[in-house]
Parts: sequence; C-alpha cells; structure tokens
Amino acid sequence: MTPAALEKPLTGRMRADGSPVLLRAYEAAGGYQGLRKALGLSPKDIQGEIHRAKLRGRGGGGFDTGVKMGLMPPPADLPGERYVVANADEMEPGTMKDRWLMEGDPHQLIEGLLIAALAVEAQTAFLFIRGEYGEPMARLQQALGEAAAAGYVGANVLGSGRRVEVYVHPSAGRYICGEETGLLGALEGRRAVPRAKPPFPVVSGLWGRPTLIDNVETLCNLPHILARGAAWYLGLSLGPDGGTKLFGVSGRVKRPGLWELPMGTPLREILFDHAGGMADGLNFRALLPGGASTNFLLDAHLDVAMDFASVEKAGSRLGTGTMIVLDDRTCPVGMLLSMERFFARESCGWCTPCREGLPWVANTLEAIEDGRGEEGDLQVLADHVRLIKMSATFCALAPGAMEPLRGAMQYFRDDFERHVREKRCPWK
Amino acid sequence: MLTDHDKQEIQAELARTPSRRGALIEALRVVQRRAGWVSNADVVEVAAFLGLPVSQAEDVATFYSMIFRQEVGRHVILLCDSVSCWVNRADALLTHLRSRLGIRLGQTTADGRFTLLPAACLGACDRGPVMKVDEDLHTHLTAEKIDRILESYP
Amino acid sequence: MKIYIENRRFDLTDPSVNLLEACLSLGFDVPYFCWHPVLRSVGACRQCAVKVFKDEADTRGRIVMSCMTAPAEGMRVSVNDDEAREFRAKVIEWLMLNHPHDCPICDEGGECHLQDVTVMAGHVRRQSRFPKRTHRNQDLGPLVNHEMNRCIQCYRCVRFYADYAGGRDVGVQGCHDGVYFGRPSPGPLESEFSGNLVEVCPTGVFTDKSLKRHYTRKWDLQTAPSVCVHCGLGCNTFPGQRYGTLRRVRTRYHREVNGYFLCDRGRYGYEFVNSPRRILQALLRQGDNALAQVSAEEAIRLAKSLLSSGKCIGLGSPRATLESNFALRTLVSPSRFFHPLAVSQHLLSGSSLSLLRRFPLASLRDVSQSTAVFLLGEDVSNTAPLLALALRQAAVRAPRLAKAALLKIPAWHEAALRTAVQEEKGPFFLAATGPTRLDDLAAAPYRAAPGDLAALGFAVAHALDPAAPAVPNLPPAAAELAERIAASLKSAAAPLIVSGPSCGSEALLHAAANVAAALGKTNPQARLCLTAPECNSVGLALLPGGNLADVLRALRDGSADTLIVLESDLYRHADAALVDEIFTAAKHVIVIDSLANATTARAELVLPAATFAESSGTLVNNEGRAQRSYAVCPPKAPVQESWRWLTALTPNVSWPRWEDILAAMAVSSGDFRDVTTLGPAADFRLVGQKIPRQPHRYSGRTAMTAHIDVREPAPAADLDTPLAFSMEGSPLNPPGPLIPRYWSPRWNSDQGVHKFQIEVAGPLQGGDPGKRIIEPSSEPAGYFAPTPPASEGDGEILFTPAWHVFGSEELSVHSPGIAELAPRPYVALGPVDAGRLGVRDGAPVTVTLAGRTLALPARILEAIPPGAAALPAALADLPFFSLPARGSVSLAAPAAPEGRP
Ligand SMILES: Cc1cc2nc3c(=O)[nH]c(=O)nc-3n(C[C@H](O)[C@H](O)[C@H](O)COP(=O)(O)O)c2cc1C
Ligand code: SF4
Ligand code: FES
Repeated sequence: MTPAALEKPLTGRMRADGSPVLLRAYEAAGGYQGLRKALGLSPKDIQGEIHRAKLRGRGGGGFDTGVKMGLMPPPADLPGERYVVANADEMEPGTMKDRWLMEGDPHQLIEGLLIAALAVEAQTAFLFIRGEYGEPMARLQQALGEAAAAGYVGANVLGSGRRVEVYVHPSAGRYICGEETGLLGALEGRRAVPRAKPPFPVVSGLWGRPTLIDNVETLCNLPHILARGAAWYLGLSLGPDGGTKLFGVSGRVKRPGLWELPMGTPLREILFDHAGGMADGLNFRALLPGGASTNFLLDAHLDVAMDFASVEKAGSRLGTGTMIVLDDRTCPVGMLLSMERFFARESCGWCTPCREGLPWVANTLEAIEDGRGEEGDLQVLADHVRLIKMSATFCALAPGAMEPLRGAMQYFRDDFERHVREKRCPWK
Repeated sequence: MLTDHDKQEIQAELARTPSRRGALIEALRVVQRRAGWVSNADVVEVAAFLGLPVSQAEDVATFYSMIFRQEVGRHVILLCDSVSCWVNRADALLTHLRSRLGIRLGQTTADGRFTLLPAACLGACDRGPVMKVDEDLHTHLTAEKIDRILESYP
Repeated sequence: MKIYIENRRFDLTDPSVNLLEACLSLGFDVPYFCWHPVLRSVGACRQCAVKVFKDEADTRGRIVMSCMTAPAEGMRVSVNDDEAREFRAKVIEWLMLNHPHDCPICDEGGECHLQDVTVMAGHVRRQSRFPKRTHRNQDLGPLVNHEMNRCIQCYRCVRFYADYAGGRDVGVQGCHDGVYFGRPSPGPLESEFSGNLVEVCPTGVFTDKSLKRHYTRKWDLQTAPSVCVHCGLGCNTFPGQRYGTLRRVRTRYHREVNGYFLCDRGRYGYEFVNSPRRILQALLRQGDNALAQVSAEEAIRLAKSLLSSGKCIGLGSPRATLESNFALRTLVSPSRFFHPLAVSQHLLSGSSLSLLRRFPLASLRDVSQSTAVFLLGEDVSNTAPLLALALRQAAVRAPRLAKAALLKIPAWHEAALRTAVQEEKGPFFLAATGPTRLDDLAAAPYRAAPGDLAALGFAVAHALDPAAPAVPNLPPAAAELAERIAASLKSAAAPLIVSGPSCGSEALLHAAANVAAALGKTNPQARLCLTAPECNSVGLALLPGGNLADVLRALRDGSADTLIVLESDLYRHADAALVDEIFTAAKHVIVIDSLANATTARAELVLPAATFAESSGTLVNNEGRAQRSYAVCPPKAPVQESWRWLTALTPNVSWPRWEDILAAMAVSSGDFRDVTTLGPAADFRLVGQKIPRQPHRYSGRTAMTAHIDVREPAPAADLDTPLAFSMEGSPLNPPGPLIPRYWSPRWNSDQGVHKFQIEVAGPLQGGDPGKRIIEPSSEPAGYFAPTPPASEGDGEILFTPAWHVFGSEELSVHSPGIAELAPRPYVALGPVDAGRLGVRDGAPVTVTLAGRTLALPARILEAIPPGAAALPAALADLPFFSLPARGSVSLAAPAAPEGRP
C-alpha cells in the first residue's frame, strides 16, 4: 500500500500529455463511485462524512466545508429552489490550480458538484467559470455531455429519482466575480457587486434562495471523501486539516509548477524540492504563500507547514496555496505596484476605501517606482495598510490587497526608502 | 441588429433562468461572439429583447472587462499583466508588443488586425509570461516568440 | 434595550433601528452618505464608522459601520474613539480625492451634505498629489443639472431613482474608480420623481436646473412652510424667495403625507408665481375692450357698485384656500355660492366627499404600508404622483415583510432585503383605461372602459361579501379576476383600495366604495384612498354649492345677474359653449385671480390675487387633512389674498387678521371646528420671539434695495402668523407646523431634518402639521347598486381622459421646464382600432366628439382596449371635454400638397 502521504487523489488520474481524463478512463479509475455512494446516503449523512473529513475551503477563505453545508437551512424550513455553485472564476494573481483540475480531470469536478448538490438537496448546479478559460470550459462541456449521456447528470441521476441539472456559466470578466456574493450578482445578470453578509448565501443566495458556493478544488475533494471515507481522507494530511492540497510556485525558480501534496507539507520542501529552488544566479528574498492577497513570508518562515493554522501563525495566510516568489534581482516596489494596480482596477467600485484607496496606493507606488517618490508617500501607504481591513470595507478584496503591502512595508522598507531618496528605481 | 441565431441563443439562456435579467450578460456575450464587440445600439436591442430597461443593460455592459464596447481588431491580444508574469519581465514584452504593433494598450492597429489589451492573471503563472490571442493561450513568451506568434494571425 | 454610547447609558425604545439611526436620534452627529432614512442601509460609503465594544471587558473593540449594525443589549459604542475618528477622516479624504473642490461655483454650496461631513469628519488637508479623474456630464432635460465630477459614489441616486421610484433610465455604469451615474445616453430624465435627485444627492452632482436660472444660496433664501398647490395630495413644501421672485421649492418632511419626497410637478411648478402673465394690478375693462389699471380703492368701489343689485353669484374655487372660498360664500350668501364645475365633475366631487365621510382613509404613509392593493381606474402617476410613489413601496412590502421574518433580516437592512426579495412583488391589482407607469407592479393589468372597470370593482365587493350586490352578465375573465382580487384583499392584513374621479365615472367611485365597505366589515385595517383633482377640491366640496349648469339657470331665470369668479378658469372646467353662455348671460363679471387666462379675459373687473407664495391659508387634501400654508413673502400691494379682497366687499364683516376669518370659519360649520388649531396661534412666540423666515446668515439686506433708497426698509410686518419676514427672531427649532427650513449647527443641508424629528423618520417635534378634519362615520356603510355604463353621445369609440403629470395641471405649465415636458395634443388608440382604421403611429386623424372635430396626431398604445381611445385631459391646447364620451376617429384626408393654388 502506498503511504498515505504520497497519494494524489485529485491529480493521480491525470494524463502526462495534459489531455483530459474522459468518462471511460475516469470510471475505470474509480470515478463516480463517490456519487454512487452519496446516492445511497441521506443528505445529513453526506454532510457528516464531509464534516468529519475536515475539508476546508480551497478558494482562499479556508472555511470548513461541512460546517458551511450544515448552515443551509433544510428544505423543511426553507422550501423551494436551492442551488450549488462551483466557483471556477480563478483570477487571484499567481493562482493556476483550478485550471489544472478542470483541464486535466473535468469529471472529477462534475462529480464533486453533484455530491455537493445531493448534500444540500439542490437540484440545480452552476459551474461559474472564468470567461478567459476557453480550454477548461470546452473540456468541462465535453465531460458534461458525457456525464449527461451516462445518466450522472439530469432529471434522474443514475435512476435514483434525484434531479441535478448542471450548467456551465462563463464569467464576463472581473476579479470580483470570484467573491462568492459578487459571483451571485453576475449569475443574476447584475453588476458583480458583493452583497452584505449576513445573511450568508447558504441562507439567501442566488435569486434569494439558499446557495452553496465552493471552490473547484474544494469540490474535487468530495468524490474521494465519499468514496474512501473521512478517516482515509484525514490521514492524507500532515496537519490538523484533512486531505491533500494543490501547491504551486511561480516566479523565477528552477521548475515553476503545481503539485498535489499533503496538507501541511513544509514550505521549504515545496520551494526547494519540488520547484527546484531559485533559478541560476538568483537568491530567494520572499514569497507570497497563497496568491496576491497574502502577506510575504521570508527565509525565516521557510519551515512553516503549509496548512491554514501554521501559515496564519507565521503572519500570513495559506490562501490558495499557490505561491509567488520574489528574487533578489526583482524590485519589490515594482512587484507591489503590479499587484496594487491589479486590485485597484478590479475593485467593483462599491465601497469607498477600496474604490478610492487602492488607486491612491497604486499611484503612490508608481510615483515611488518612477523616481517621483516624496517624503510623505510611505506614510500614505502605511495609513492605507492600517485602515483598510476587514469590516472597514464591504468585502475582502481591499483588505486582501493590503496584505502583501503590509509585509513589503515591513520587510523591504529600505528598498522603499532608497527609491524615494535616490529618486529612481535601483533595479533599473 | 440581433440575428435570428442570436435570438435563439438568448432564448435558450432564458429557459434556464427564473428572471429575464438572468440572461442579460449571456445575451451581450452572444452579440459579441458574432460581432466581436457590443455597440450602443446592441445594448438597446438586447434590453428591448429581454424587456429590461436600457440602463440595466448598459450598467452591466460597462462593468465587465470581457464585454468590449469599442470595435476591436480581427484578433484580440490579451497580455497578462499580473504579478507572476510581471516577475518574469512581462513589462518588457508589453514594450515590445507596443512598438511592434505601433499601438498602446486598448488600441487597435490601423489595419484592423490586432487589438492589444491587458489581462488579469490567466492562470498559467508557472508558464509565464503568457498571453491569449483570441482563444489560444501562448506561454513562455519572449520577444522573438511573440513575433513568430503574431505571424500566424493574418 | 440598553446600550452605552460614550459610556452614557441609553434605553432604546425601538431596538429595531440600526446603530446609526439610534445615534442620530439620540443627538450624536455620526456622519453618513449612503444611508438615507427611507432608502435605508447598504453600507457602501463607509463614512458612518464607529467603534463598538462587546461589553465592559472588551477594551479593543472593533470598527463597524453603524448603519449596518443592529444594537445589542449592553453594547458599548464610541463615536469619538480615536481609531473611528481617524477612519472617518480618511473616508472623507478618499471621497474628496477626485472631487473638484469647486464649492464657490457649485449650486449645492452652503447646503451641501458633503461640505458638512467634510467639516464634521475633520478632513482639512489634501495629501494626494495625483491627477483627478474627470467625467463628461449629460444633459438630463430641463429639470435637473448633472455635474458628475462632484460625485462621491454614494449610490443614492440610483437607489432612489431606479430602486425606490422605479425609474428606468438612470443607472451606474463602469467599474472601480470610474463608476458613472447617469442615463445610458443624454436626454430628459423620464421619471416624474427626478427632482428628488437634487435632495437625495449629498453633493452637487444633481442640482435644480430651475434654480440655476435665478440662483440664490440657501442662506439667502426667505422660506416658509407651505403646501403644494399642484394636485390634491397636499405635499408639504419649502418655497424659497429672494428679490421678489420665487427661486425654488424643496421638500418639507411630513411623515403622514409626502415623507421625504416631492414629485417634479410639485417641485418645479412654482414658476407660475414669477410668470409674466401674473395679474399685478386691479384692471377694469374699457369701452374698447382693453383692460386699464385702476387703484385698489377704485376697484373696491367699482366692485361694490357692480354687486349692488344684490343678485350676485359667487363661483368658488378648488385651487383657492378655504379662507377665500369661505369669504366668497359669506359675501354672496351660502345659497348663491356655486362650484365652477361641469355637471359630471360636480357630481364626482360630491360623491367623493360622501365617501370620504364614510370610510377610514389612507394617508400616503398608510398607503405605503398596505399589504395588498387594488388600484381601480385612477392613473395616479399622472393625477397624484406621490401616491404612485407610495403605492410602489406598498407593492414591495409584503414579500419584504415575509422574507425579513423568515430570514431574520432587520427592516433597515436594505442590501439584504433587496437580495432576498429580488423582483418579487406583493399582491397588486391594477385596473385602468390605458397604460400607466405602475403597470410593472401588477402581474396582469386589467384594461377596460370606465364602466367595465366599475363592474369589476362591484364584482370584487360581491366576492368579498355576498351581501354586496352582484354584477349581472360579467365576462368570465373579469369574474375570475374579481374572485382572485377579493381572495387576495381578504387575506391581507392591511388591504387598500385606491380610486378617484379622474376617469369621470361615478360608478367607479361607487364600486370602490363597495369594496371598501365589504372589506371594512371584517377588517378594521382596510383603507380607502381617493385622489382629488386640485389642491383644495375637498375643501371646496365642504362648502356646498351648485354647478355651472345651475349658474346658467340662475342667470337665465333672472335670480342672478352678476358673477364673481374666484381663482378659476371656467374654460378648464366645462364645455366652452356653456361657459360662453354664462358670460353672455351675466350682466357683470368680476374675477379674482393671479394669472391672466380665458376667464379673466371675459371679466369686467379683475382683482389681483396673491398666489400661495404671498398668502397664508388652509388647504384640505384628498384625505380630508387640513393644512396651513404660510406666505413666503408679503404680497406687493395691490395684490392681496383673495379673501381680503372679498372681505373688503362684504358689508358688516371685518377680519383684519387671518385669525379673525379662521375664527369665523370655525363657528360656521362643524367641519371647520379645528381650523383655528392647525398650527400655533399668531401670538405664539419662542422665548418671546417670532420665527424668522430668513436664515441668520441672510446676506445683503442693507444693500438689496440700496439702488432705490440707501436706508434699509423695515421688514414687512406679519400680523397673521408667528413667522417674521426677517432674519431676526428665535434661533430655536420651532414646532412642526412652523418650521421654515431645515438648519441646525453643523447640518447646513436638508439632511438636518432629523434634528427636527423626535426620532429619525419619526414625528416632528412639537407636532406634525395639519389635522384630519373629516373623520369616517361610525355607522356601517351600505352598498351602492351597480350602474350600467352610461353611453353618452354617438360614435363607435369611447373617449377616456389621459392625464399628464406635466401638462394636465393649470398652474405648473407656466413653468418653462414643465411646459417643455408637457405633451402636444394627440389621440391615443389601441392597436385593434388603429389597424381597423388603417392609422399608423403619428398619423394625422380627425376626431369627432361632442359636436367638435379636431385634427390630431394619433398615438398607438398597446394598452388601450378595443373600442376605446384616450384624449389628453386638461391640456392648455385642447378644449374641455366631459369624458368619458362617445365619438369617432377617422383617418384625416391627406392634406393638400402645399404650394398649390
Ligand atoms: C475578491 C475575491 C475574489 C475571490 N475569487 C475567488 C475565486 O476566483 N475562486 C474561488 O474559489 N474563490 C474566490 N474567492 C473566495 C470566495 O469568496 C469564497 O470564499 C469561496 O469561493 C468559497 O469556496 P470554498 O469554501 O470552497 O473556498 C474570492 C474572494 C474574494 C474576496
Ligand atoms: S472592498 Fe468594496 S469596492 Fe472593493 S471589491 Fe469589495 S465591495 Fe467592492
Ligand atoms: S452610511 Fe453607513 S456605510 Fe454609508
């Protein structure tokens, strides 16, 4: 038996040539067994299994998936339509994991979505996918056709009498569509402006109906949890949370890429063993552990276990688990500028700190980077980092945008000051 | 003018949403798929077809980045400008593309061949810098590679 | 519930408010932008941040948006907390990043909520050195000006215009810091509530275009509590005046009536006061038929001599004050007091009054809180606009209440409720003769001729209560609909039936009465709401008198020979032939009015009447609420209140002051017993001082008339009211009925209204203005018998009136902006008849009706039922028709090509 730590349930089936696992191969490798299992269970029992597996959301928030399902009022209390949505709007800079899952093994996501629907007794499921993801979308459509023809999807799932319709819905483009309530607005044909929480989408979501929204990677875990049980799933992890995690490394390392590894794999191992360390001639300076909305980790943090609690203890967040590496030949101010420009551009325009604050931050960084920095600029940046935080803004976009800046101001202060002092970018 | 085919596609979308509004964004995309972009007149027509106020359609049509409100060239280049690609020196490629095409971001070449737009992270950060031309993803870009790629889009 | 603010304990009597409302009601100045007392909380601007601590043990606390936070038992709140203050200062700094800082040339300056909050939040130094984003502005038509660069993106405009008022042409475009508020393309705003943008916008993006043409700062305006004269709802207003002209009208809050809003007719109709058609002198007709100016004394002498025959008839007015009508009635004696109405309109007016006396009536606030609505025949968006706004709120109320209870969402949480409810509407049944702007609220609007609408109403009543008479031969579809409406009204906690006289059908009123009676038998919460055509139609009806046909009879039979017409243009109220006959039959005609019109053109003597702006008086609205309207400025002699002209002509009567005539009215009739107590008495003083109509910052007083005389004239005395025409007086907040404007230290904008309320959106301190003087009788109401629709006239087509918010009202069309928006004459046909007649949209047709033929362009409207046509009612360019009436339409013969001999 392979040691649990080396199992790759999410990606193990994938083909080396990058072509998708189609229905026959998927079934042959144990596909849709989780769904079959779920069809024999009550919604409560499906939820119970997921709950015991300690699956935490892979979309960046890390909320316990079983708990979230349990928060949806049962149909007896809230009769009528209910929905599940796969959040495949992946646009967090540095994140590329959901694309991999959808391109490589589309049936896995469909099966996960079906199980989620059964768990919360929803009859309609949406796959909300980034509009730019043409290839993943095509493969999902193809897989969906296969799944429908084989009776997994539709009016009578595997003859069980349960109905689950699945629709692929391409996004028209905006980072905020990935924020779960912004996503709901987009699905309803509105501007993707986030909604106030509470009430949470599980209570009042799509069209005002109870709606479960989960990340692609999160959903891809469900078939395996159902098929092989919570205990097995928990055992995959090195830490307190269950399962494996897709980790990615981008930036100027030897072998940028993605790997499925046990939750809690040490950062050093990912960076040096899997990504091969820094590219020739470059030294490691820092990295963002889980996309652009997480704070920097330094050398000193490299032994941190990549699980939710440990990364948080190190002062950052696991986020999406896809890290972006900063080397010693790259200007940290320029890197921040790229990110803050992104966040400013992607603000939905609803709340003041984000709509007005982020462009100010971006303008200030641009001035510093261009050699137009002034004395008060660092204070302006520091004020934004201090004041833009959760509950001060309407959603997590702007606080997320401040995360890397917070670390940068702390760890690379000298670089910022040098830009201002010398009126130029020392890297140029 | 909405074509019959557009209308059929929008009707199909309507069938799966409980409110006519739910088909709005898809309807705009239907037009864009055919015409390449969405004009003011298209917005008015889509709104009328769905029985929605024009302002509702306009509000949505101006929010989303993939709904083009100006005419675009035969090929749309989406160059990723997010952080992973930036670390991989994508800004130099932007400079290259701009001088090669003689346009700035947001513009279309005089011969109507290319429109150059910035794109948020395209989810291929391990293969950066990347760009999309129409529906094709191009990775590990260099200036020379870009030149070659452009040749294949007449 | 007890909470602590700055460590002081407060007991919240109403824990269903949010923390911002609680703080404001308790006198803490928490700044805000996106929250609005009626539009409620969405949490966009983040300006209302405060610090809350869970309990005493919590020393760190956390920043929350007070507008999005429910108070909790024992919660500790700090507004002054350093972090909260710093955050609020930063929010305003962010909002000002792109603002043009153009206060000196901005129309909002001096009453700008953004200015107030900037000062309140303590942002004084601009740190950002980056370029400001700029926008292009739109031409939004004649009423509202657009200056997008001043926008602070609070989203209030769209939330009012689209979400609250149902407007379809304003939205928010773009994304991130480029969001833009406006129409998809430039053009006149479509909503009849567009002017509220001026008040809802906290800065100078949307400003009053009529004010712009004769601009004055708020601090330089002389203002007074007034009542709108442009429809029968009696919305409360603040007209503002300077240099002898009226400059604008703003909303005066009345919880039961108009709340925080006005319609555009009410806001912009005021310019008739400044019209070149104003009659400013007494005028006497000469031999050559020209009018010559005569002095006031001469005019009074002449009038007395004209009246000396003793055979004088007085024609009262639905747009004149109760005082003026009463004075006329006193002058001519009650038996010679008549109403300036055609037979049918007179009948409707009497019917309406008898219903008002029988049923519990809905105030506009009641309307907005009703949970099922049956709107029978009245096109309220055009005849009583604020009623339409209230009905729109009623339509969304039932599902909101249900969701709020089910999902435990507080009522103030607009963002969550809107999402939860989506487009769902409560029970709303609409039956009309043509299209209305409330059609979107009803599942399937029912269209029919007035008589058939009445039949539907009678059937609903019968379905509610079998004792109500049944309708024979009702078409099955209508019968089924009636059952559904009845079932829905019956199960509603607060059902409402709305109707009115504007269709011209008494049967319709009777049908509404039957529904109200049937509902009232089992549900004391059931309400009736009827519109009234003009601002004092109900007041006039309270002074009984005959109609215009009776007048002609009296003139013909010799019992009368002289006519004195009070503030009405008879040609707007009856067929021109009848009015011509009246004038021909009368030996002498005296007219008292403020604007020259077709009736003043027939007068021998014209006396100049003060408008609402220059006179104080009482008006009775559609629900029998008598309200005082106070003069904004004194009339310029010889112009004076009509009642003063009439009193001067009345032997043995002396009412030198307003209170004297009020006292006489109070004893004259039980209906008027309360008219002396509708507001504080004339000798009311606040700490010994009068209440100034001018703000304490009023400028230039010594210079205003310096080109005439460098000595500053004494302010005009006001013996009638506790208000003064000056800036001297009490700085304290006056009681509700006397508030001349909203201002309070730190609150220069109208947002300061909460400083005058007992609590946010609550009653006014010192009492709400006005009083219901008609109370429903306690006797059980009987039922009317259904009357078969009357078919008057010949012809195959039944013409019904189409009312227009801009154009159908006499006075407001003298405002240039409103005149621009008023329709040109037309006739509207349904597609069936248009097809049958071969008429295309816009084609010229010939209308034959009541012995006249008219050439009009045709409009084809989907919602006009077969066999019917609509003619715009009361347009200045169309003669009066008593509608509904039968007539015919034919395709106009093609015009002879021009240029042929
Ligand atoms: C600005 C913003 C963008 C987001 N984008 C994504 C996204 O693209 N994909 C995603 O799964 N979650 C995204 N999230 C997180 C979602 O709001 C949500 O937490 C997640 O989809 C829940 O799924 P999970 O519990 O399975 O992680 C985003 C959040 C924010 C604030
Ligand atoms: S933080 Fe505010 S403006 Fe930014 S995306 Fe969220 S809601 Fe929109
Ligand atoms: S008033 Fe509370 S967030 Fe705007």
